[in-house]
Amino acid sequence: MAQLANIPIRIEQPEAEPQQFGNALPILNEIRHALARFAESAEPTRIDLAAMPFGPGDEEHLMALLGRGEVEATIDALGPTRVWETRFPGVWVLDYANVEGERIALQIEVDEIPQMLRTQRADITDSLTALDAALASATAADPAAESRH
Amino acid sequence: MATSKTLGESLRQHGVSRRGFLKFCAATASMMALPPSMAPAIAQALEKARRPSVIWLSFQECTGCTESLTRSFSPTVENLIFDVISLDYHHTLQAAAGDAAEHAREQAMNSNAGEYLVVVDGSLPGPKANPGYSTIAGISNYDMLMDTIDGAAAVVAVGTCAAFGGLPKADPNPTGAVSVQDLVKDKPVINVSGCPPVPMVITGVLAQFLTFGTIPELDEYGRPRAFFGQSIHDRCYRRPFYDKGKFAESFDDEGAKAGWCLYRLGCKGPMTYNACATMKWNGGASWPVEAGYPCLGCSEPDFWDAGGFYKALSVPTGSPGDVLLTAGAVGAAVGVGAGLMSRNQGKQAAKHHDKVTADQLEEKL
Repeated sequence: MAQLANIPIRIEQPEAEPQQFGNALPILNEIRHALARFAESAEPTRIDLAAMPFGPGDEEHLMALLGRGEVEATIDALGPTRVWETRFPGVWVLDYANVEGERIALQIEVDEIPQMLRTQRADITDSLTALDAALASATAADPAAESRH
Repeated sequence: MATSKTLGESLRQHGVSRRGFLKFCAATASMMALPPSMAPAIAQALEKARRPSVIWLSFQECTGCTESLTRSFSPTVENLIFDVISLDYHHTLQAAAGDAAEHAREQAMNSNAGEYLVVVDGSLPGPKANPGYSTIAGISNYDMLMDTIDGAAAVVAVGTCAAFGGLPKADPNPTGAVSVQDLVKDKPVINVSGCPPVPMVITGVLAQFLTFGTIPELDEYGRPRAFFGQSIHDRCYRRPFYDKGKFAESFDDEGAKAGWCLYRLGCKGPMTYNACATMKWNGGASWPVEAGYPCLGCSEPDFWDAGGFYKALSVPTGSPGDVLLTAGAVGAAVGVGAGLMSRNQGKQAAKHHDKVTADQLEEKL
């Protein structure tokens, strides 16, 4: 009796080029407008790609057109968020994923630096408190510190 | 039980950083179909939002709506939202059963009078129908709904059955099923239709209520415009083919393989208002049209009785179809007309209901 592994399997690869549904270029135009606006008045823009009617291949086409620039970062908060600057400085891609690595949002941000990468003011205040506490406990634990006072 | 903790505090307690919260808000804005620039406003509002108590009632339903909600990729923003609302009663998801379950519902109603949210999935036998067709703990669906909504802030009808009657109400409606909005007149009713609705739309509506404490802007069928404001056709990635007149004529012809428009295969996209085309399903993997299948129009009233699923909108299906003859030409505008007409379609369908056998269906394909 034939083993399962002996049954030949042939996977047909589609010969045609990836389909083009033509939904990438309008977004690129929108990004161009946003960039022009930022150059003129420093007004940042965010574009939610989840709201775009993309067909198979449209997103890949847009990403290929945008390319990759010099900066890349990963934020580890509620799952990874990958951020990279495209080959057009000032145009960033933010790919938000949940803890299981599944995408929950995909955005284009036109700004000097994406909002997500900035440290928030409230965090800086908390950070100062945390640093003070760390310093206090480190000082208490260090007998040599007493003599330095 | 609802607690007095704000959402911001609750998230922080769960170890969510402010950056994580900003991400959550960005995803929430995307989910609520709001512009990404709204994220800071959402963050501000959510920081102060309090966990509302939610009572979920399941009547004449198939649990598909709950499946849709819970089978969304997990854990994710949806689950996060469910961690931060207080889901006090839900047949399928709660551990309690029998008296204890009903007691939980009563307790949630008493402790949160005037503030809780009631979510209903499924239609229910109307006041004049035999209540025996659907009861829970010996209480008729009608009595349970009327009793529960008494102290509710708003009612969310999830799924086409709750919103419009759906399958139970389809011709000949043996159980006398009616929709929630047929019965609830003195509370705001938000219809989140779809069979089932897109999970992100269900949570998006809940998130919107949670965030802003207000009822979203609704269309003439009581559906939130943010998600149901545009037709499938207008947001369809295959729309460029429709505009060029390139149509798939069968499910396996060259046009179908090339991803052309499915209008002639019965796509109800032009008369259907829903978010599938952009939010998609299974974590954004795909949606019916992307899988090569025409839209059934499941978020529209009486879609079960609106003619054959595989008949093009421009093909007469009985008298309603006559008016739709020019659907192809007038595009999206017809959606409004078809939607309005569908109120009468229940009666019309009784006369013109198309019976089709599997053989006939195959012949047609």
